Amino acid sequence: MNYEELISKIALADERFIIMTAENRALIRNIPKIPALADRFIDTGITEQTMIGMAAGLALRGRVPVVHALAAFLTMRAYEFIRTDVGIAHLPVKLTGFIPGFLSDGNGPTHQAIEDVSIMRGIPGMQVFAPADEEDMILLLPEIWDSSSPAYTRANLIKPLITHDKNFRIGKAEVIAEGSTITFLTYGMLFNNVFYAKQVLEAQGLSVGLVNMRSLKPVDEEVIVRVAKQSELVVVVEDHFTTGGLYSIVAEVLLKNQLTANVQPLSLNEQWFRPARLSEVLEYEGFTPEKIAARTLGILESTAPKIQL
Amino acid sequence: MTEERLIDLQKLALAVRENIVRLSTDGGCFTGASLSCADLLVYLYSHYLNVNPSNLTDPNRDYLFLSKGHDVPALYSLFAEIGFIEPSRLANHLQAKDHIYWHPNTHIPGVEFHSGSLGHLPAVAMGVAMDCRIKKQSNKIVVITGDGELNEGSVWESALVAAAYKLDNLIWIVDRNYFQANVATEELIPLDPIHKKFEAFGWNAIDVDGHDFNAMHETFTSIATNGKPSVIIAHTVRGKGLPSIEKRADRWFCNFTRDEVSALLTELHENKLAELNSETLVVR
Repeated sequence: MNYEELISKIALADERFIIMTAENRALIRNIPKIPALADRFIDTGITEQTMIGMAAGLALRGRVPVVHALAAFLTMRAYEFIRTDVGIAHLPVKLTGFIPGFLSDGNGPTHQAIEDVSIMRGIPGMQVFAPADEEDMILLLPEIWDSSSPAYTRANLIKPLITHDKNFRIGKAEVIAEGSTITFLTYGMLFNNVFYAKQVLEAQGLSVGLVNMRSLKPVDEEVIVRVAKQSELVVVVEDHFTTGGLYSIVAEVLLKNQLTANVQPLSLNEQWFRPARLSEVLEYEGFTPEKIAARTLGILESTAPKIQL
Repeated sequence: MTEERLIDLQKLALAVRENIVRLSTDGGCFTGASLSCADLLVYLYSHYLNVNPSNLTDPNRDYLFLSKGHDVPALYSLFAEIGFIEPSRLANHLQAKDHIYWHPNTHIPGVEFHSGSLGHLPAVAMGVAMDCRIKKQSNKIVVITGDGELNEGSVWESALVAAAYKLDNLIWIVDRNYFQANVATEELIPLDPIHKKFEAFGWNAIDVDGHDFNAMHETFTSIATNGKPSVIIAHTVRGKGLPSIEKRADRWFCNFTRDEVSALLTELHENKLAELNSETLVVR
Protein backbone atom coordinates (compact mmCIF):
# COMPACT_ATOMS: atom_id res chain seq x y z
CA MET A 1 0.00 0.00 0.00
CA ASN A 2 1.31 3.48 -0.76
CA TYR A 3 0.55 6.80 0.91
CA GLU A 4 -2.24 7.73 -1.45
CA GLU A 5 -3.95 4.36 -1.12
CA LEU A 6 -3.72 4.60 2.65
CA ILE A 7 -5.11 8.12 2.92
CA SER A 8 -7.97 7.41 0.53
CA LYS A 9 -8.86 4.22 2.40
CA ILE A 10 -8.89 6.01 5.74
CA ALA A 11 -10.76 9.05 4.46
CA LEU A 12 -13.36 6.94 2.68
CA ALA A 13 -14.04 5.05 5.92
CA ASP A 14 -14.08 8.12 8.17
CA GLU A 15 -15.70 11.32 7.02
CA ARG A 16 -13.87 13.38 9.64
CA PHE A 17 -10.84 13.30 7.36
CA ILE A 18 -10.18 16.27 5.08
CA ILE A 19 -7.24 16.10 2.68
CA MET A 20 -5.60 19.47 2.14
CA THR A 21 -2.64 20.72 0.18
CA ALA A 22 -0.91 23.99 -0.58
CA GLU A 23 -0.66 22.92 -4.20
CA ASN A 24 1.69 20.06 -3.52
CA ARG A 25 -0.01 17.03 -4.99
CA ALA A 26 2.89 14.57 -5.25
CA LEU A 27 1.48 12.25 -2.59
CA ILE A 28 -2.21 12.74 -3.35
CA ARG A 29 -2.52 13.39 -7.07
CA ASN A 30 -5.47 11.04 -7.63
CA ILE A 31 -7.58 12.00 -4.61
CA PRO A 32 -9.60 14.68 -6.47
CA LYS A 33 -10.69 12.00 -8.93
CA ILE A 34 -12.37 9.95 -6.19
CA PRO A 35 -15.99 11.19 -6.21
CA ALA A 36 -16.65 10.42 -2.54
CA LEU A 37 -13.62 12.50 -1.55
CA ALA A 38 -14.02 15.37 -3.98
CA ASP A 39 -15.56 17.81 -1.48
CA ARG A 40 -13.09 16.75 1.21
CA PHE A 41 -10.08 17.53 -0.97
CA ILE A 42 -9.08 21.17 -0.58
CA ASP A 43 -6.18 22.66 -2.50
CA THR A 44 -5.66 26.20 -1.20
CA GLY A 45 -3.02 27.06 -3.76
CA ILE A 46 0.44 28.17 -2.75
CA THR A 47 -0.78 29.50 0.60
CA GLU A 48 0.72 27.50 3.46
CA GLN A 49 -0.52 29.97 6.09
CA THR A 50 -4.09 30.00 4.84
CA MET A 51 -4.10 26.23 4.53
CA ILE A 52 -3.09 25.85 8.18
CA GLY A 53 -5.61 28.45 9.37
CA MET A 54 -8.37 26.71 7.43
CA ALA A 55 -7.27 23.35 8.79
CA ALA A 56 -7.64 24.77 12.31
CA GLY A 57 -11.15 26.00 11.45
CA LEU A 58 -12.08 22.61 10.02
CA ALA A 59 -10.71 20.89 13.13
CA LEU A 60 -12.84 23.20 15.29
CA ARG A 61 -15.81 21.64 13.54
CA GLY A 62 -14.67 18.11 14.35
CA ARG A 63 -12.67 17.37 11.23
CA VAL A 64 -9.22 15.80 11.07
CA PRO A 65 -7.38 17.68 8.33
CA VAL A 66 -4.30 16.01 6.86
CA VAL A 67 -2.31 18.81 5.24
CA HIS A 68 0.43 18.54 2.65
CA ALA A 69 3.20 20.85 1.51
CA LEU A 70 6.94 20.73 1.02
CA ALA A 71 8.40 20.23 4.48
CA ALA A 72 10.41 23.46 4.38
CA PHE A 73 7.42 25.66 3.51
CA LEU A 74 4.94 23.77 5.66
CA THR A 75 7.01 23.98 8.83
CA MET A 76 8.65 27.34 8.27
CA ARG A 77 6.48 29.54 6.06
CA ALA A 78 3.44 28.59 8.14
CA TYR A 79 5.26 28.10 11.43
CA GLU A 80 3.45 30.77 13.41
CA PHE A 81 0.08 29.54 12.11
CA ILE A 82 0.94 26.00 13.19
CA ARG A 83 2.12 27.18 16.60
CA THR A 84 -0.70 29.67 17.16
CA ASP A 85 -3.75 28.15 15.47
CA VAL A 86 -3.02 24.43 15.77
CA GLY A 87 -0.65 24.36 18.74
CA ILE A 88 -2.38 26.69 21.22
CA ALA A 89 -5.76 25.08 20.54
CA HIS A 90 -4.19 21.57 20.44
CA LEU A 91 -6.22 20.64 17.36
CA PRO A 92 -5.82 17.29 15.58
CA VAL A 93 -4.29 18.72 12.42
CA LYS A 94 -1.96 16.20 10.79
CA LEU A 95 0.97 17.69 8.89
CA THR A 96 2.78 15.74 6.18
CA GLY A 97 6.01 17.36 5.03
CA PHE A 98 7.19 16.32 1.59
CA ILE A 99 10.91 16.05 0.71
CA PRO A 100 12.29 16.66 4.21
CA GLY A 101 16.01 16.54 4.96
CA PHE A 102 18.25 15.18 2.22
CA LEU A 103 15.18 14.26 0.15
CA SER A 104 15.10 17.81 -1.22
CA ASP A 105 18.28 16.71 -3.06
CA GLY A 106 18.88 19.14 -5.94
CA ASN A 107 16.50 21.91 -4.83
CA GLY A 108 18.97 23.94 -2.83
CA PRO A 109 18.94 25.46 0.64
CA THR A 110 15.57 27.22 0.19
CA HIS A 111 13.94 23.78 0.16
CA GLN A 112 16.04 22.11 2.84
CA ALA A 113 13.95 21.22 5.88
CA ILE A 114 16.78 20.34 8.21
CA GLU A 115 15.52 22.24 11.24
CA ASP A 116 11.95 20.90 10.99
CA VAL A 117 12.29 18.39 13.83
CA SER A 118 13.72 21.10 16.06
CA ILE A 119 11.03 23.68 15.47
CA MET A 120 8.06 21.33 15.35
CA ARG A 121 8.96 19.60 18.59
CA GLY A 122 9.20 23.03 20.21
CA ILE A 123 5.42 23.37 19.98
CA PRO A 124 3.68 22.05 23.12
CA GLY A 125 1.67 18.92 22.36
CA MET A 126 2.95 18.56 18.79
CA GLN A 127 4.03 15.01 17.97
CA VAL A 128 6.89 14.44 15.51
CA PHE A 129 7.52 11.34 13.42
CA ALA A 130 10.13 10.34 10.86
CA PRO A 131 9.56 6.88 9.39
CA ALA A 132 12.52 4.96 7.98
CA ASP A 133 10.96 4.20 4.58
CA GLU A 134 7.66 4.00 2.76
CA GLU A 135 6.59 0.77 4.47
CA ASP A 136 7.45 2.18 7.89
CA MET A 137 5.46 5.33 7.06
CA ILE A 138 2.40 3.31 6.08
CA LEU A 139 2.72 1.36 9.34
CA LEU A 140 2.94 4.52 11.44
CA LEU A 141 0.34 6.80 9.89
CA PRO A 142 -2.93 5.11 10.94
CA GLU A 143 -2.03 5.48 14.62
CA ILE A 144 -0.64 9.00 14.12
CA TRP A 145 -3.84 10.09 12.38
CA ASP A 146 -6.04 8.35 14.92
CA SER A 147 -4.53 10.31 17.82
CA SER A 148 -6.23 13.50 19.06
CA SER A 149 -2.92 15.39 18.99
CA PRO A 150 -1.46 17.58 16.28
CA ALA A 151 1.35 15.76 14.51
CA TYR A 152 4.10 16.39 11.99
CA THR A 153 5.37 13.52 9.86
CA ARG A 154 8.37 13.58 7.58
CA ALA A 155 7.14 11.90 4.38
CA ASN A 156 9.52 9.23 3.16
CA LEU A 157 9.02 7.26 -0.06
CA ILE A 158 12.35 5.38 0.12
CA LYS A 159 11.81 1.71 -0.65
CA PRO A 160 12.16 -0.56 2.38
CA LEU A 161 15.25 -2.63 2.97
CA ILE A 162 13.87 -4.59 5.89
CA THR A 163 10.48 -5.65 7.16
CA HIS A 164 9.50 -3.42 10.07
CA ASP A 165 7.94 -4.24 13.38
CA LYS A 166 4.23 -3.88 12.73
CA ASN A 167 3.36 -3.09 16.34
CA PHE A 168 4.05 0.59 16.10
CA ARG A 169 3.09 2.63 19.14
CA ILE A 170 3.48 6.37 19.43
CA GLY A 171 6.56 7.02 21.58
CA LYS A 172 8.19 3.68 20.82
CA ALA A 173 11.38 3.14 18.84
CA GLU A 174 12.08 0.06 16.74
CA VAL A 175 15.19 -1.72 17.98
CA ILE A 176 16.72 -3.52 15.00
CA ALA A 177 19.80 -4.83 16.81
CA GLU A 178 21.60 -4.41 20.12
CA GLY A 179 25.35 -3.77 20.17
CA SER A 180 27.98 -3.45 22.86
CA THR A 181 30.55 -1.37 20.97
CA ILE A 182 28.48 0.99 18.86
CA THR A 183 24.76 1.77 18.66
CA PHE A 184 23.33 3.86 15.86
CA LEU A 185 20.26 5.97 16.58
CA THR A 186 18.73 7.21 13.36
CA TYR A 187 15.46 8.05 11.62
CA GLY A 188 14.03 8.79 8.21
CA MET A 189 15.69 8.25 4.86
CA LEU A 190 19.16 7.62 6.33
CA PHE A 191 17.97 4.42 7.98
CA ASN A 192 18.88 2.15 5.06
CA ASN A 193 22.37 3.60 4.74
CA VAL A 194 22.96 3.20 8.46
CA PHE A 195 21.73 -0.38 8.19
CA TYR A 196 24.42 -1.04 5.53
CA ALA A 197 27.03 0.85 7.57
CA LYS A 198 26.27 -1.47 10.46
CA GLN A 199 27.06 -4.45 8.19
CA VAL A 200 30.35 -2.86 7.13
CA LEU A 201 31.37 -2.43 10.77
CA GLU A 202 30.19 -5.89 11.76
CA ALA A 203 32.39 -7.35 9.02
CA GLN A 204 35.27 -5.85 10.96
CA GLY A 205 34.24 -7.75 14.06
CA LEU A 206 32.46 -4.95 15.93
CA SER A 207 29.25 -5.41 17.91
CA VAL A 208 26.85 -2.84 16.41
CA GLY A 209 23.32 -1.92 17.44
CA LEU A 210 20.76 -0.01 15.41
CA VAL A 211 17.55 1.75 16.41
CA ASN A 212 14.94 3.21 14.08
CA MET A 213 13.77 6.13 16.23
CA ARG A 214 10.52 6.60 14.21
CA SER A 215 8.75 8.60 16.93
CA LEU A 216 10.87 11.64 17.78
CA LYS A 217 8.25 13.25 20.00
CA PRO A 218 7.21 11.61 22.18
CA VAL A 219 10.54 9.83 22.15
CA ASP A 220 11.43 6.40 23.50
CA GLU A 221 13.47 7.48 26.53
CA GLU A 222 13.86 3.95 27.79
CA VAL A 223 15.65 2.83 24.63
CA ILE A 224 17.94 5.86 24.65
CA VAL A 225 18.92 5.24 28.27
CA ARG A 226 19.46 1.55 27.61
CA VAL A 227 21.76 1.96 24.60
CA ALA A 228 23.70 4.72 26.35
CA LYS A 229 24.43 2.30 29.18
CA GLN A 230 25.25 -0.75 27.06
CA SER A 231 27.30 0.71 24.19
CA GLU A 232 30.75 2.25 24.29
CA LEU A 233 29.69 4.71 21.62
CA VAL A 234 26.29 5.96 20.52
CA VAL A 235 26.21 7.61 17.09
CA VAL A 236 23.22 9.75 16.16
CA VAL A 237 22.82 9.87 12.38
CA GLU A 238 20.35 12.41 11.03
CA ASP A 239 19.71 14.60 8.00
CA HIS A 240 19.09 17.56 10.28
CA PHE A 241 21.07 20.32 11.88
CA THR A 242 23.03 19.09 14.87
CA THR A 243 21.10 21.58 16.96
CA GLY A 244 17.58 20.70 17.99
CA GLY A 245 17.14 17.31 16.33
CA LEU A 246 17.70 13.79 17.63
CA TYR A 247 21.19 14.60 18.93
CA SER A 248 19.67 17.28 21.15
CA ILE A 249 16.82 14.98 22.13
CA VAL A 250 19.31 12.31 23.24
CA ALA A 251 21.30 14.91 25.18
CA GLU A 252 18.13 16.06 26.96
CA VAL A 253 17.13 12.50 27.84
CA LEU A 254 20.58 11.59 29.19
CA LEU A 255 20.88 14.78 31.20
CA LYS A 256 17.43 14.28 32.69
CA ASN A 257 18.48 10.76 33.71
CA GLN A 258 21.83 12.01 35.09
CA LEU A 259 23.76 9.82 32.65
CA THR A 260 27.07 10.46 30.95
CA ALA A 261 27.79 8.63 27.73
CA ASN A 262 29.90 8.91 24.61
CA VAL A 263 27.28 10.18 22.14
CA GLN A 264 28.46 11.71 18.87
CA PRO A 265 26.56 13.21 15.94
CA LEU A 266 26.72 12.57 12.23
CA SER A 267 24.55 15.46 11.14
CA LEU A 268 24.73 18.90 9.56
CA ASN A 269 26.67 21.21 11.80
CA GLU A 270 25.73 24.86 11.20
CA GLN A 271 25.55 24.35 7.42
CA TRP A 272 23.13 23.61 4.63
CA PHE A 273 24.00 20.65 2.49
CA ARG A 274 25.40 20.71 -1.03
CA PRO A 275 22.44 20.47 -3.46
CA ALA A 276 22.76 17.67 -6.02
CA ARG A 277 21.29 14.33 -7.02
CA LEU A 278 20.53 12.40 -3.84
CA SER A 279 23.38 9.92 -4.35
CA GLU A 280 25.77 12.84 -4.87
CA VAL A 281 24.47 14.61 -1.76
CA LEU A 282 25.06 11.53 0.35
CA GLU A 283 28.56 11.08 -1.06
CA TYR A 284 29.51 14.75 -0.70
CA GLU A 285 28.14 15.11 2.81
CA GLY A 286 29.52 11.78 4.04
CA PHE A 287 26.32 9.78 4.50
CA THR A 288 26.88 6.78 2.19
CA PRO A 289 27.12 3.46 4.09
CA GLU A 290 30.89 3.38 3.61
CA LYS A 291 31.35 6.96 4.79
CA ILE A 292 29.05 6.51 7.77
CA ALA A 293 31.06 3.42 8.71
CA ALA A 294 34.42 5.15 8.21
CA ARG A 295 33.38 8.28 10.13
CA THR A 296 32.04 6.12 12.93
CA LEU A 297 35.34 4.20 13.16
CA GLY A 298 37.14 7.53 13.28
CA ILE A 299 34.93 8.67 16.14
CA LEU A 300 35.43 5.36 17.93
CA GLU A 301 39.20 5.68 17.70
CA SER A 302 39.31 9.30 18.77
CA THR A 303 36.77 9.18 21.59
CA ALA A 304 36.77 5.67 23.06
CA PRO A 305 38.57 5.34 26.36
CA LYS A 306 42.08 3.90 25.91
CA ILE A 307 42.31 0.29 26.97
CA GLN A 308 44.80 -0.02 29.84
CA LEU A 309 47.20 -2.93 29.31
CA MET B 1 -35.62 49.05 12.86
CA THR B 2 -38.21 50.43 15.27
CA GLU B 3 -37.45 53.44 17.43
CA GLU B 4 -37.83 51.24 20.50
CA ARG B 5 -35.24 48.73 19.27
CA LEU B 6 -32.90 51.53 18.32
CA ILE B 7 -33.09 52.93 21.84
CA ASP B 8 -32.39 49.48 23.27
CA LEU B 9 -29.28 49.17 21.11
CA GLN B 10 -28.10 52.62 22.12
CA LYS B 11 -28.56 51.77 25.79
CA LEU B 12 -26.66 48.53 25.36
CA ALA B 13 -23.84 50.31 23.48
CA LEU B 14 -23.58 52.85 26.30
CA ALA B 15 -23.30 50.08 28.90
CA VAL B 16 -20.62 48.39 26.80
CA ARG B 17 -18.66 51.63 26.55
CA GLU B 18 -18.91 52.13 30.32
CA ASN B 19 -17.43 48.68 30.83
CA ILE B 20 -14.63 49.41 28.36
CA VAL B 21 -13.73 52.62 30.20
CA ARG B 22 -13.73 50.79 33.54
CA LEU B 23 -11.30 48.20 32.10
CA SER B 24 -8.91 50.98 31.04
CA THR B 25 -7.06 51.21 34.35
CA ASP B 26 -4.90 49.07 36.64
CA GLY B 27 -2.80 47.93 33.70
CA GLY B 28 -5.07 49.28 31.02
CA CYS B 29 -6.38 47.88 27.76
CA PHE B 30 -6.90 48.70 24.11
CA THR B 31 -9.49 51.40 24.77
CA GLY B 32 -9.40 53.34 21.52
CA ALA B 33 -9.60 50.30 19.27
CA SER B 34 -12.37 48.74 21.34
CA LEU B 35 -14.57 51.82 21.24
CA SER B 36 -14.51 51.82 17.43
CA CYS B 37 -15.78 48.25 17.30
CA ALA B 38 -18.37 48.48 20.11
CA ASP B 39 -21.42 49.42 18.03
CA LEU B 40 -20.64 46.76 15.44
CA LEU B 41 -20.49 44.04 18.07
CA VAL B 42 -23.64 45.32 19.76
CA TYR B 43 -25.53 45.21 16.47
CA LEU B 44 -24.22 41.81 15.37
CA TYR B 45 -24.96 40.00 18.64
CA SER B 46 -28.33 41.73 19.12
CA HIS B 47 -29.82 41.56 15.66
CA TYR B 48 -27.79 39.59 13.21
CA LEU B 49 -26.07 36.51 14.60
CA ASN B 50 -27.88 33.39 15.70
CA VAL B 51 -25.62 32.85 18.70
CA ASN B 52 -26.46 33.18 22.36
CA PRO B 53 -25.36 31.70 25.70
CA SER B 54 -27.63 28.69 25.26
CA ASN B 55 -26.56 27.56 21.76
CA LEU B 56 -22.76 27.80 21.99
CA THR B 57 -22.26 24.13 21.12
CA ASP B 58 -24.94 23.96 18.45
CA PRO B 59 -23.25 23.28 15.09
CA ASN B 60 -26.00 25.30 13.43
CA ARG B 61 -25.21 28.50 15.34
CA ASP B 62 -23.61 31.48 13.61
CA TYR B 63 -19.94 32.14 14.28
CA LEU B 64 -18.13 35.38 15.01
CA PHE B 65 -14.33 35.44 14.90
CA LEU B 66 -12.63 38.53 16.32
CA SER B 67 -9.36 38.62 14.40
CA LYS B 68 -8.45 42.07 15.75
CA GLY B 69 -8.03 40.44 19.13
CA HIS B 70 -7.06 43.63 20.94
CA ASP B 71 -10.75 44.62 20.82
CA VAL B 72 -11.41 42.10 23.55
CA PRO B 73 -12.57 44.80 26.02
CA ALA B 74 -15.48 45.54 23.68
CA LEU B 75 -16.27 41.84 23.24
CA TYR B 76 -16.19 40.96 26.94
CA SER B 77 -17.97 44.17 27.90
CA LEU B 78 -20.77 43.09 25.62
CA PHE B 79 -20.63 39.45 26.77
CA ALA B 80 -21.11 40.67 30.35
CA GLU B 81 -24.23 42.58 29.31
CA ILE B 82 -25.89 39.81 27.27
CA GLY B 83 -25.32 36.84 29.53
CA PHE B 84 -22.27 35.08 28.08
CA ILE B 85 -20.25 35.83 31.23
CA GLU B 86 -21.10 37.06 34.71
CA PRO B 87 -20.65 40.86 34.80
CA SER B 88 -18.57 40.45 37.95
CA ARG B 89 -15.90 38.62 35.93
CA LEU B 90 -14.85 41.89 34.29
CA ALA B 91 -13.41 42.87 37.66
CA ASN B 92 -10.93 40.01 37.18
CA HIS B 93 -9.25 41.89 34.34
CA LEU B 94 -5.53 40.99 34.26
CA GLN B 95 -5.80 38.79 37.34
CA ALA B 96 -4.14 35.39 37.07
CA LYS B 97 -7.13 33.67 38.66
CA ASP B 98 -9.20 34.32 35.51
CA HIS B 99 -8.56 34.55 31.77
CA ILE B 100 -9.66 38.15 31.17
CA TYR B 101 -6.48 39.41 29.52
CA TRP B 102 -5.64 41.55 26.52
CA HIS B 103 -6.56 39.06 23.82
CA PRO B 104 -9.49 36.66 23.35
CA ASN B 105 -9.26 33.07 24.48
CA THR B 106 -11.65 30.17 24.56
CA HIS B 107 -11.82 30.06 28.36
CA ILE B 108 -14.45 32.75 27.85
CA PRO B 109 -17.82 31.37 26.69
CA GLY B 110 -18.68 32.81 23.30
CA VAL B 111 -15.08 33.18 22.11
CA GLU B 112 -14.92 30.80 19.15
CA PHE B 113 -11.13 30.98 18.77
CA HIS B 114 -8.21 32.78 20.34
CA SER B 115 -6.57 35.66 18.52
CA GLY B 116 -3.97 38.32 19.06
CA SER B 117 -1.58 37.61 16.21
CA LEU B 118 -3.05 39.56 13.31
CA GLY B 119 -4.09 38.04 10.02
CA HIS B 120 -5.03 34.61 11.37
CA LEU B 121 -8.78 34.38 11.78
CA PRO B 122 -9.92 35.01 8.20
CA ALA B 123 -8.39 31.61 7.36
CA VAL B 124 -9.77 29.94 10.49
CA ALA B 125 -13.23 31.33 9.68
CA MET B 126 -12.85 30.00 6.14
CA GLY B 127 -12.20 26.51 7.51
CA VAL B 128 -15.45 26.73 9.50
CA ALA B 129 -17.29 28.17 6.49
CA MET B 130 -15.98 25.34 4.33
CA ASP B 131 -17.19 22.71 6.76
CA CYS B 132 -20.63 24.33 7.04
CA ARG B 133 -20.87 24.29 3.28
CA ILE B 134 -19.80 20.65 2.96
CA LYS B 135 -22.54 19.82 5.48
CA LYS B 136 -25.01 22.02 3.61
CA GLN B 137 -25.71 24.14 6.70
CA SER B 138 -26.78 27.74 6.40
CA ASN B 139 -24.74 29.25 9.25
CA LYS B 140 -23.30 32.69 8.81
CA ILE B 141 -19.56 32.92 9.49
CA VAL B 142 -18.41 36.44 10.40
CA VAL B 143 -14.82 37.54 10.90
CA ILE B 144 -13.79 41.02 12.03
CA THR B 145 -10.37 42.38 11.19
CA GLY B 146 -8.89 45.77 11.77
CA ASP B 147 -7.86 48.01 8.91
CA GLY B 148 -4.21 48.07 9.99
CA GLU B 149 -4.45 44.29 10.06
CA LEU B 150 -4.77 44.44 6.27
CA ASN B 151 -1.00 45.08 6.21
CA GLU B 152 -0.55 41.35 6.86
CA GLY B 153 0.05 39.30 3.72
CA SER B 154 -1.96 36.40 5.10
CA VAL B 155 -5.23 38.38 4.88
CA TRP B 156 -4.80 38.76 1.13
CA GLU B 157 -3.93 35.09 0.77
CA SER B 158 -7.18 34.33 2.56
CA ALA B 159 -9.11 36.80 0.42
CA LEU B 160 -7.88 35.03 -2.73
CA VAL B 161 -8.72 31.55 -1.46
CA ALA B 162 -12.18 32.45 -0.08
CA ALA B 163 -13.15 33.89 -3.46
CA ALA B 164 -11.71 30.87 -5.29
CA TYR B 165 -13.84 28.56 -3.16
CA LYS B 166 -16.90 30.84 -3.50
CA LEU B 167 -17.47 30.97 0.27
CA ASP B 168 -20.60 33.11 0.23
CA ASN B 169 -21.42 32.09 3.80
CA LEU B 170 -18.38 34.11 4.89
CA ILE B 171 -18.77 37.76 5.89
CA TRP B 172 -15.60 39.72 6.58
CA ILE B 173 -15.97 43.01 8.43
CA VAL B 174 -13.15 45.54 8.31
CA ASP B 175 -13.30 47.91 11.28
CA ARG B 176 -12.19 50.91 9.24
CA ASN B 177 -11.15 53.45 11.88
CA TYR B 178 -8.20 54.74 9.85
CA PHE B 179 -5.67 54.01 12.58
CA GLN B 180 -3.28 51.18 13.26
CA ALA B 181 -1.36 50.77 16.49
CA ASN B 182 0.59 54.01 16.55
CA VAL B 183 -0.18 55.88 13.36
CA ALA B 184 -2.88 56.75 10.85
CA THR B 185 -3.16 53.98 8.28
CA GLU B 186 -2.96 56.23 5.25
CA GLU B 187 0.24 57.87 6.52
CA LEU B 188 2.06 54.56 6.80
CA ILE B 189 0.82 51.89 4.39
CA PRO B 190 -2.11 53.42 2.48
CA LEU B 191 -5.06 51.02 2.25
CA ASP B 192 -7.63 52.91 0.22
CA PRO B 193 -9.50 51.98 -1.81
CA ILE B 194 -10.24 48.89 0.31
CA HIS B 195 -13.60 48.46 -1.41
CA LYS B 196 -12.01 48.17 -4.85
CA LYS B 197 -9.24 45.92 -3.62
CA PHE B 198 -11.71 43.34 -2.34
CA GLU B 199 -13.88 43.68 -5.45
CA ALA B 200 -10.83 43.01 -7.57
CA PHE B 201 -10.24 39.88 -5.47
CA GLY B 202 -13.74 38.66 -6.36
CA TRP B 203 -15.70 39.77 -3.30
CA ASN B 204 -18.95 41.64 -2.78
CA ALA B 205 -17.86 44.86 -1.06
CA ILE B 206 -20.19 47.19 0.86
CA ASP B 207 -19.39 50.32 2.87
CA VAL B 208 -21.40 51.15 5.96
CA ASP B 209 -21.29 53.57 8.90
CA GLY B 210 -20.21 51.29 11.74
CA HIS B 211 -21.90 53.47 14.33
CA ASP B 212 -25.31 53.79 12.63
CA PHE B 213 -27.53 50.89 13.73
CA ASN B 214 -30.17 51.50 11.06
CA ALA B 215 -27.56 51.58 8.32
CA MET B 216 -25.90 48.42 9.64
CA HIS B 217 -29.25 46.66 9.82
CA GLU B 218 -30.04 47.58 6.24
CA THR B 219 -26.60 46.46 5.05
CA PHE B 220 -26.29 43.19 6.93
CA THR B 221 -29.80 42.01 6.15
CA SER B 222 -29.27 42.51 2.43
CA ILE B 223 -25.95 40.71 1.96
CA ALA B 224 -26.10 38.70 -1.25
CA THR B 225 -25.37 34.98 -1.33
CA ASN B 226 -24.27 35.00 -4.94
CA GLY B 227 -21.26 32.73 -4.94
CA LYS B 228 -18.98 35.46 -3.65
CA PRO B 229 -17.81 36.10 -0.10
CA SER B 230 -18.77 39.56 1.22
CA VAL B 231 -16.72 42.23 2.90
CA ILE B 232 -18.38 44.96 4.92
CA ILE B 233 -16.14 47.98 5.32
CA ALA B 234 -17.47 49.49 8.53
CA HIS B 235 -16.41 53.11 8.78
CA THR B 236 -15.78 53.84 12.42
CA VAL B 237 -14.05 56.29 14.73
CA ARG B 238 -11.24 55.21 17.03
CA GLY B 239 -12.28 56.14 20.56
CA LYS B 240 -15.92 56.67 19.51
CA GLY B 241 -18.05 58.09 22.31
CA LEU B 242 -15.24 59.86 24.15
CA PRO B 243 -14.31 63.03 22.25
CA SER B 244 -11.27 63.57 24.46
CA ILE B 245 -9.62 60.47 23.00
CA GLU B 246 -11.38 60.19 19.63
CA LYS B 247 -9.29 59.90 16.46
CA ARG B 248 -6.02 60.03 18.33
CA ALA B 249 -3.12 57.89 17.19
CA ASP B 250 -1.76 57.84 20.73
CA ARG B 251 -4.91 56.50 22.40
CA TRP B 252 -4.86 52.93 21.11
CA PHE B 253 -3.87 51.43 24.43
CA CYS B 254 -4.82 53.39 27.53
CA ASN B 255 -4.01 52.99 31.20
CA PHE B 256 -5.91 55.71 33.04
CA THR B 257 -5.92 56.63 36.71
CA ARG B 258 -9.06 55.85 38.68
CA ASP B 259 -9.93 59.59 38.70
CA GLU B 260 -9.57 59.75 34.94
CA VAL B 261 -11.86 56.75 34.56
CA SER B 262 -14.47 58.65 36.61
CA ALA B 263 -14.01 61.72 34.43
CA LEU B 264 -14.33 59.60 31.27
CA LEU B 265 -17.54 58.02 32.54
CA THR B 266 -18.88 61.49 33.09
CA GLU B 267 -17.78 62.44 29.60
CA LEU B 268 -19.52 59.39 28.20
CA HIS B 269 -22.81 60.42 29.77
CA GLU B 270 -22.64 64.18 29.43
CA ASN B 271 -20.29 64.72 26.51
CA LYS B 272 -18.20 66.91 28.78
CA LEU B 273 -14.53 66.53 27.86
CA ALA B 274 -12.43 64.75 30.45
CA GLU B 275 -9.05 66.14 31.40
CA LEU B 276 -6.45 63.44 30.92
CA ASN B 277 -2.92 63.58 32.24
CA SER B 278 -1.99 59.91 31.89
CA GLU B 279 0.97 59.33 29.65
CA THR B 280 0.09 57.68 26.39
CA LEU B 281 1.52 54.21 25.99
CA VAL B 282 3.26 52.65 23.05
CA VAL B 283 2.68 48.93 23.36
CA ARG B 284 3.49 47.81 19.87
